[in-house]
Amino acid sequence: MDSQRVRFTFESDDLVKEPVIYKLGQDFHLVTNIRRAEIGENMGWVILELDGEKEEIERGLQWVSSTGVRVDPVGGDVIEG
Amino acid sequence: MAYVSGLRCRECSREYPAEALNVCDFCFGPLEVDYDYDAISQVISKDNISKGPLSIWRYQDLLPASGETPVDIMAGYTPLIKANNLGKRLGLNNLYIKNDSVNPSYSFKDRVVSVAATKALEFGFETLSCASTGNLACSVAAHAARAGMKSVVFIPSDLERGKIIGAAVYAPTLVSVDGNYDEVNRLCSEVGDNYPWAFVNINMRPYYAEGSKTLGYEVAEQLGWRVPDHAIVPSASGAMFTKIWKGFNELACLGLLDGVDSMPFGEDQNTVHHPAVVTKMHMTQAEGCSPIVTAWKEGQSHVMPVKPNSVAKSLAIGNPADGIYALRVIKNSGGSGTIVPEPEVVEGIKLLAQTEGIFTETAGGVVISGLKKLAESGAIKPDELTVAYITGNGLKTQEAVEEVVNPLSVKPTLSSFEEALSNFSPVGR
Repeated sequence: MDSQRVRFTFESDDLVKEPVIYKLGQDFHLVTNIRRAEIGENMGWVILELDGEKEEIERGLQWVSSTGVRVDPVGGDVIEG
Repeated sequence: MAYVSGLRCRECSREYPAEALNVCDFCFGPLEVDYDYDAISQVISKDNISKGPLSIWRYQDLLPASGETPVDIMAGYTPLIKANNLGKRLGLNNLYIKNDSVNPSYSFKDRVVSVAATKALEFGFETLSCASTGNLACSVAAHAARAGMKSVVFIPSDLERGKIIGAAVYAPTLVSVDGNYDEVNRLCSEVGDNYPWAFVNINMRPYYAEGSKTLGYEVAEQLGWRVPDHAIVPSASGAMFTKIWKGFNELACLGLLDGVDSMPFGEDQNTVHHPAVVTKMHMTQAEGCSPIVTAWKEGQSHVMPVKPNSVAKSLAIGNPADGIYALRVIKNSGGSGTIVPEPEVVEGIKLLAQTEGIFTETAGGVVISGLKKLAESGAIKPDELTVAYITGNGLKTQEAVEEVVNPLSVKPTLSSFEEALSNFSPVGR
């Protein structure tokens, strides 16, 4: 089992309506644990922890990215100038 | 000694011991350093500061690492220059340039890395690490060399040769990552979580970021213990922007500004605002990566991440960790945000070089072009005390201004020279 902390950003109303987190549990057998979130009319973000098999976490995050939801590490970008 | 009382989550205020942590276990919010300001107020004074070393460590009582054995390559105490020529061009009579491009590794990163490296040694780490596209890599490798630590520096594989050499000369383990920006970012975040290294802007981040407060202290000291009316600051993660503001307010609350009474810090030390700190904090970002200023212009309380595409690579953080806190500083200080179109970045570099003789990197070009816009708009009045922060050296981003190389080509004869000179019309002045 592995664990990863991520931030999802939903940048349009279509994405806000998508049950992305539910599908991560159903299709990739990941346990999702939301720690903070803010959902507006046209955008939203969620900070959560994912528990599951390492390969499934990677596959799950690739799938989330493919839907148009932005995936970032918690704590922002770590590459600096 | 360091007067750190612990770490505190900026979101939920949970307290943690002063360890190598950066994220709250409960809400995943960022952790910040809490200080024992009562103890600091007993020992700190302008007199003591003035007797300190000519580096950031003159403010050691306000830094989260012990100044007794600092990893010090003499970062800080950089010049504050009255910019009469640039001021005349912009209609500003009281303009100063804080020239932080003359730090030992040629950027303000030496301030934050000096603190992070010192704290890393206190914690017993043997390896200093970072992911960087330039300035941070150089500073981490240089400080590790000074401290006798190992260093591991991650860079994108397409980084310019000049920047790679600037870090490699200090002999770090240089890891060139073949991937796009997001992939490199994600890998380095995972490495930071999985290796027992002091990753300066991950597990050392609460301490590291505090080093930028010295940009506030120094300007206030160099101005005769007062704060400016306006500060023009470049922003990437937003951390430096918030810390300059914090630095001004710490000095005021401790009664170190001239004619200013001390004031209690209150529960949330990071949001304290002393009424004597009248500085309007103006953030500048380049058009190709301006998530914080865009959020400010749209009146948002959150920052929408972007994919950076800017000539100002040292400001290219698309998902800024301190974005929302920087937004609050703009609001609380009565400041503003300016987006600088990409072509004007180079114009800003040239304007500073050709008026004040200071060659800055692209981030400095963003500041000067942003300053010009603020002056033209009337946001800064002619006699107001204004400080523009120049945080990196132009020698690092020479490719951005290659167009300036346009020599007179002559044969080795006086007649050839005079003919060329008669046809010469100076450009850019």
